[in-house]
Amino acid sequence: MLAWTIYISFLGALALLLLPSRSAALARFLALLVSLTTFALALRGFIQHRSGEMFTVVSVPWIHSLGIQYSLKADGISLTLLLLTGVIGICGVLLSWNIDVRVKEFFAFYLLLIGAVYGVFLSFDLFLLFVFYEIVVIPKYFLIAIWGSTRREYGAMKLVIYSFVGSAMVLVGLIAAYVVSGSKSLSLDYLAGYHFSPHFQMWAFPLVFTGFAVLAGMWPFHTWAPTGHVAAPTAASMLLAGVIMKLGAYGCLRVAMTLFPLGLGPWGFHVLGFGSWRDVFAVLAVIGIIYGALVALVQKDFKFVIGYSSISHMGFILLGLMTLNQIGLSGAVVQMVSHGILAGLLFGVVGRMVYSRTHTRELAALGPMHLSKVIPFAAATFVIAGMASMGLPGFSGFTAELMILIGVWRSYPTLILFVGVGLIAGVAYIWRAMQLAFFAGGPLATAPPDHPLPPISLPERVAAVILIASSVIVGIFPQIFLHVIHPALNSPMFDGLSKGGW
Amino acid sequence: MNWIVQNLWLIPALPLLASGIIALTPRKGRARGAALAIGSMGISFLLSVWAFAHVLALRSSGELTTQVFNFHWFQFGNEWLSLGWVLNPLTAVMLVMVTFVGLLIFIFSVGYMAHDENFTRFFCFLALFAGGMLGVVISNSLLLLFMSWEIVGLTSYLLISFWYHKPSAAAAGKKAFITTRIGDLPFFLGMVWLYSQTGTLLFYNNGAGCLEPTAITHMLSQATPLGVCAATAIALLIFCGAVGKSGQVPLHVWLPDAMEGPTPVSALIHAATMVAAGVFLVARVYPLMSAQHSINGMLTTSAALQVVTWVGAITAFFAATIAVAQWDIKRILAYSTVSQLGYMMMGLGVGGVAVGIFHLITHAFFKSLLFLGAGSVIHGCSDEQDIRRMGGLAKYMPVTFAAYAVGMLALCGFPLFSGFWSKDEILHAASTWNVSHVPYFLGAAGALLTAFYMSRQVIYVFFGTLRLAPAAPQDTHGASHAPAQADAHHHGSGAPHESPAVMTVPLVLLSIFAGLLGFAGTAAWPWFQSFLENAPLKLDFGAFTHGGILPVMLTSSVIVLFGLGLGWWFYGRRPIEGAEAPDNLGRLAPAAFNFLGHAAFVDALYGATFIRFNTLLSKISDWFDRWIWNGAVKTVTQTVFGFAHLDNFIDTHVVNSGFDEGCEGLSSGGRLLALLQAGRIQGYLKIIAGALVVFTVLLLWKASI
Repeated sequence: MLAWTIYISFLGALALLLLPSRSAALARFLALLVSLTTFALALRGFIQHRSGEMFTVVSVPWIHSLGIQYSLKADGISLTLLLLTGVIGICGVLLSWNIDVRVKEFFAFYLLLIGAVYGVFLSFDLFLLFVFYEIVVIPKYFLIAIWGSTRREYGAMKLVIYSFVGSAMVLVGLIAAYVVSGSKSLSLDYLAGYHFSPHFQMWAFPLVFTGFAVLAGMWPFHTWAPTGHVAAPTAASMLLAGVIMKLGAYGCLRVAMTLFPLGLGPWGFHVLGFGSWRDVFAVLAVIGIIYGALVALVQKDFKFVIGYSSISHMGFILLGLMTLNQIGLSGAVVQMVSHGILAGLLFGVVGRMVYSRTHTRELAALGPMHLSKVIPFAAATFVIAGMASMGLPGFSGFTAELMILIGVWRSYPTLILFVGVGLIAGVAYIWRAMQLAFFAGGPLATAPPDHPLPPISLPERVAAVILIASSVIVGIFPQIFLHVIHPALNSPMFDGLSKGGW
Repeated sequence: MNWIVQNLWLIPALPLLASGIIALTPRKGRARGAALAIGSMGISFLLSVWAFAHVLALRSSGELTTQVFNFHWFQFGNEWLSLGWVLNPLTAVMLVMVTFVGLLIFIFSVGYMAHDENFTRFFCFLALFAGGMLGVVISNSLLLLFMSWEIVGLTSYLLISFWYHKPSAAAAGKKAFITTRIGDLPFFLGMVWLYSQTGTLLFYNNGAGCLEPTAITHMLSQATPLGVCAATAIALLIFCGAVGKSGQVPLHVWLPDAMEGPTPVSALIHAATMVAAGVFLVARVYPLMSAQHSINGMLTTSAALQVVTWVGAITAFFAATIAVAQWDIKRILAYSTVSQLGYMMMGLGVGGVAVGIFHLITHAFFKSLLFLGAGSVIHGCSDEQDIRRMGGLAKYMPVTFAAYAVGMLALCGFPLFSGFWSKDEILHAASTWNVSHVPYFLGAAGALLTAFYMSRQVIYVFFGTLRLAPAAPQDTHGASHAPAQADAHHHGSGAPHESPAVMTVPLVLLSIFAGLLGFAGTAAWPWFQSFLENAPLKLDFGAFTHGGILPVMLTSSVIVLFGLGLGWWFYGRRPIEGAEAPDNLGRLAPAAFNFLGHAAFVDALYGATFIRFNTLLSKISDWFDRWIWNGAVKTVTQTVFGFAHLDNFIDTHVVNSGFDEGCEGLSSGGRLLALLQAGRIQGYLKIIAGALVVFTVLLLWKASI
C-alpha cells in the first residue's frame, strides 16, 4: 500500500490538471484530500511495520538489459521520513489556502513534488531513486518561478543549477559504482553488500556525499538555500526546508555512506589536521552550524533569518551523520524530522501569516505594525516555534540535539565547544527576529494601524496546531521513532558502517 | 513502594495542567484562571506536606530516606535514557517551601494584578513556572532537571517581559534568557560529559546512579587534559549553570533588570524559587561537587567547592556594595538577592548542604515577604518605584510597614530573626574554613553593608515626610533606571493607601515565618540540619559555646547593629529634604557613589566587549556570504555566462554563418537546377531535339576524321 503514496499524489496532480471546473475551492479540497490520503497511508505503513526492519513494497524488473528494477522498499528510516512528508504535505496545502492565481496548476505541481519526494524515500534501486530525485527539481522550479516573490527567477534558477550540479556528481559516482561492481544491478542492497576497493571508495564517497550534501545545504554549497527559500511561496519554502533538504541528507546516509563506508576511513596522512573525509565533513558541518546562525543574526529580511537558520540546523544533521555511532546517527534522523517540522512551522508563520498580510518582510518595517497585538496567534506560534527551534526541552529540537551532541562527544569532543557557540547564537537570532518582528512597536497610541490586517484563518490555525503538536510528540515520545530507526540502523545494509568500515 | 513516592510527579504536573487549561481559557475567564492556578497549587502544597510527612515517618522508623522512582524514556543503541524522581529530605523541604511560598504569592497576585487586562495569561505563566520549578526539585535525573530548568528559564522570560510594551521590560526578558542560557551551555556540556563518563544521568539508582560512589570513584580516576580530574571538571561545568540561574558574578547582570516584571513575579521567581534553583542544583549534585581524592587520609575541600565558595563570597560582597547606591525600591532588593545568593553558595562551599539550604529556605520567606511588601508599597503609591518619592508611608500603610520591618530585620540578620540564625551559620562555617579566611571577611563586610542599605531603604520609604509627586517627571538618574509605568494598570492617584486583605494576609503569614523559622535550625537544636543530613538530634544549649559559635554570633550581632546605626546616622538623623536632594552618602564620595549606582558598569563592559565582538563576527560572516560565497558563485556564473556569450558569438558568426552560407549556396544551385526542370514538355522536347542535333553532329564529325 505504501507505493500508493506516490501514485495517488501523481494521480492527484493529473486530476487537478484535467479538472474541468475553474473553482479554486475544489482544487484546494482535492489537494487536501490527496495529501490527507497519502499521510494516512504513510501512517498506516508506520504502524504496521513496528519492527522497523526493511520490507519490500513493490519489486518488478524494469530494464532487463541493465539490471534495473522498479524496486520500492522501506525501513524504519524511510518510514519516519514518509510520515514527515505526509505531515508537511498536509500543512503545506493548508497554508496555501490563499493562493488564487492558477490554483489548479499550483496544486498540481505541489502534488507532483510531494509524490516525487515519497518516491525518493521509498526507492531502493539507485536508478529509480535518481529518477525521482530529478523529478523533484521540475515542479520546484515552477513553483518558485511562477508563484514566488523577491527575485524569484534568480532564486529558482540558482536552485535548479545547484540541484543539477549535485545530481551530476551523484550520477557520476553511481555510474562508476555500477560499472566497477560488474554492471549487474543498481539495487541498493546489492551495491551496499559489494566490496568496492578502498581506493575507489576514497574518491567515490566524497563525490557522492558532496553531491547529496549540496541539497542538504552543506557549507559552502549552501547559497542556493536562503535565496531559494526567500523566493519561494510559503508552501514551497515549507517543502524545500521541510523535506527537500532532507532528501539530500537522506541520500548522504542511505547512498553515500552505505555504499562507500571505507571512504570515511583515514587517509593515512594529515592535511591541515584533517585525517579523513569524515573529519572534513564534520568540520564543514560545524562551520555550517555557526556560520548559518551568525549570518541569521544580522539579516534584515525576516525570511532570510529562517533561511539561514535552516543551514545551521542542517549542519546538525550532517554532524550527526559524521559521528558514525548509533546515538549520533539516530539523532541525525530525529533532527531531520524535527527540523522538517519546525522549518515548516517557521516558514508558515513568516511567509503565510505575516508576509501575505503585511506585504513586507523587512524586520524594521514589521516592528511598528504591532503584530503581537494585531495577529497575536502568529506571534504566539512564532514564539513557540522559535523556542522549539532553539532546543527548548519538551520540543523535538532538544531531543535531537541532545542525541547528536552525545554522539559528537564520543567522536569529536573538541568540536562540541564550537557547536555550543552555535547553540548560543541560535538563541540570539531567534530572539532578535522575534523581538524585532513582533514586539518592537512603541506605545500603541502613537501608531494606529492604518489598514487592519485580516485575522488568522482557520486553515492556518489548524496547520500551526498540527506542526506544534508533531514537534511536541517527537520531543516527548522520541521512542516512537527511535523504535523503528534502531533496527534500520542495525540492518545488514549499514553493516559496512557499523562494523567499523573506517 | 509508597503511593506518594510513585506519584510524586503529580506535584509539578498539576500546575502544568492548570497552566494548559488556563492557556485555552478566554481572556475574560479571570476568576476561572486564578482559581485553577491557586487550586492546583493548593493541592500540590498538600501533596508536598504529605511527602514531607512521609520522609519524617521514614526517618523515625529508621529506613533509608532517599526513595526513587525511575523509568525509561528513550533508547539510543543498546542504552536506555532514563528519567525519574527522588524523594529525600532535600526534596521534601524544597517542595514544601516552593508550594507554600508559591501559593501565598499566587493569592497576593489576585490583588496586585486585579487591574491588568492580561490577568488570565499572567496566571497561566505563573502556573507554568511553578510546574517547572517543582519539576527541578523532584528530578532524579540531571536530564529531567535540565528540562524543567529550561521551562523555568522560559517562563521567567515570559513573566519578566510580561509588560512587553515597555521596551525596558522586553529587553530585560531577553537579557535574562540569553544570560542564563550562556550559563546553561556549560551545564549542558557538563551533562553530556557526565553521561559519557558514567552512562547514566540518574542521580540515585540503587548504586548505579551518577552520584553514587561507583560513578564518583570512576570519575575521580579519569584525568583530563586540563590537569583536573573529570569529576571536578564536570562539577565546574554544572556549576556554570548555577552561576547563570542564581545570578552569581559575572552572570548576575540579568537579575536586577528582571525587576521590570510585575512584583509578584519578582517575589516568586527572583527571590524565593527560581534564583534559588542554582543553589539547589549545587546542593543536589553535592556528592559530585565535593568529590575529592583523599590525600594521605586528610579531608580537604574539593577544587569545585573552593570555586563555589569564592564565587559566592565575591558575589555576596560585590552585590551588597552596589545595592547601597540604588534608588529603585525593587532594584535594591534585587541586588540584595544577588548578595544573599552569594551567601548561600558560600554556605554550600564551606559548610555543606544543610548550611546553604537553611539560608535558602529562610531567605525564601523573608525575601518574598520584602518583595511582596515592596509590591504593596508600589501598589499603594500608584506604581511609584523610586524611594526618593516615597517617605512617611509608615502611617499610611501600617500592616505593610510592620511586615516589611520584620522582613528587613530578618534580612539584616538582626538577632533572633530567621536570617540571623542561617547567616550566622554560614559565617561560622566560613570562619573555620581550612583554605582561607578571606571569604569570612567578605561575608562579614557584606553583612555590614546589608544592614546599612536596608536601613537606608526603610528610612527613605517609611519615615520622614511624603514626597510623592502626582505626576512625577522622569528623572535622569541611572542608565537603566526604570520609570514607573502609570499606564500599566492605573488605579486612581492620590494619597497612598493600604492594600486590600488579599495582599496583606499573605504578608502577615510570611512575616510570621520570616521571624520564627530560624528556630528550626539553631546551634542548640539543629533540627533542620539533622533532618537534611539524617543525623541524630538532641537539644543542647551548651552547643553555643563549642567551636567558636558564640564569638561569631556576637561579632555578627555587633556588625548588624553597627550597620543599622550607620544607616540611621546617614539618613535618619535629619529628615530627607526632598525628592531631588542628593544622597547623603553620595555627597561624601560622589564618584564612588556614581560608580556603584551604575552597577559598577558591568553591563557597559559586556556591551563594549562580548556583544560588540559577536556582532562583528556576525557582520563578517554576513559579508562573507554576500561577497565571498555569493561572489564565488557569481564569478562562476559570470564565467559561464562569458563562455555562453562567446559560444553565442561563435555560434552566430562562425558556425551559424557557415551553415547559412552553405544553405545559401545550396539553394541558389537549386534555383539554377529548377530552371532546367520547369515541367514543360515542349521545353524538354526542345532540349532533347537540341541534344540529338549535337550528338548527330558530333558523331558525323568523328566519323569524318
